[in-house]
Amino acid sequence: MAGANNSQDLLRAPLTIEFGFSRTTGPVIGAFLTGLVEQRVLGIKDSTGRIVCPPVEYDSVTGEPITEMVEVGTEGIITSWSWVNTPREGQPVQDPHALALIRLDGADTAMMHVVAADSDEEVATGARVRIRWSAERTGQITDIECFELVEE
Amino acid sequence: MSEDRPISAFPDGLWTQPQPSVPSGDDTVSGDDTVSEVQRIRTPASFVYDYTPGRAPSRFLRGLAEKKILGEKCPVSGDVYVPSRGMSPVEGLPTTEAVEVGPKATITSFCVVHIGFGENAPPTPFVSALILPDGAAVSLYGTILGIPHGDVRIGLRVEPVWLPHDQLTTSFENITHWEPIDEPDVAAERLKGHM
Repeated sequence: MAGANNSQDLLRAPLTIEFGFSRTTGPVIGAFLTGLVEQRVLGIKDSTGRIVCPPVEYDSVTGEPITEMVEVGTEGIITSWSWVNTPREGQPVQDPHALALIRLDGADTAMMHVVAADSDEEVATGARVRIRWSAERTGQITDIECFELVEE
Repeated sequence: MSEDRPISAFPDGLWTQPQPSVPSGDDTVSGDDTVSEVQRIRTPASFVYDYTPGRAPSRFLRGLAEKKILGEKCPVSGDVYVPSRGMSPVEGLPTTEAVEVGPKATITSFCVVHIGFGENAPPTPFVSALILPDGAAVSLYGTILGIPHGDVRIGLRVEPVWLPHDQLTTSFENITHWEPIDEPDVAAERLKGHM
């Protein structure tokens, strides 16, 4: 067809495919998220006595339900991290930041979250961080706005 | 998405996860002892594309902007595909002749939708159908309104309802829905192979 190879003949449009999932949390994750609203972080004790945070509902060894939730600290250390130089749309922080695994004081496992820093040179494995809470907390993981580095 | 819908209860015995013990909080931290227990969260996931439909679908979409339903003809079988992907899926040859089909059409298959989703979904229950435009070999998707859902049937004659002229764009959403017309049903045998 005439002009068939002319790209100006082509239409284009934004297309967003969205799955608007709404899911029930269950009692364990629900308690964790409720804790965030209250500015506290809950883990759960597993069959070996380790504190798992964020909490899981079933023991990783025995598969049995676990139920003993415990409060852990709001500070911790970075156990691993990577630098996000170009945040993408929809990410919780639009400035360059670190995505890190953070083991909170009193916990034996790490949770992933954002660490605010001016550059990757400020971030290090083993660095101490603390939670910066969101002003509006509604029971989501983003109730933790980010972690910030603690001067030592 | 619209507001929350009620969810069905689990049958007795299926939901076995025990209630955890939670240490009591220090009310001085949040200063708020009225926090309600979180039971449900929204976790939307979306994929954002810059979509280019391609040459043949672009021709179809430009037709819709003029309230025309354009198909394209297979040079061997004469079957008219709508919307055309630019080639006959049976012969593997380019479809080069544009053919206007419809707007009158026949329902070839349908289902009654009880859980609608999307911002433009009509009130439930409604009927989503495959609709064969007159002159076409394959059916389009569409919503059937203007008739009780229990009266919809294969072979029912329908026609498209378009957006007002000043709202027409190169979009399939120009056809808001399809409504029955006063013509005799088409026998199901004549619809075989056209779904």
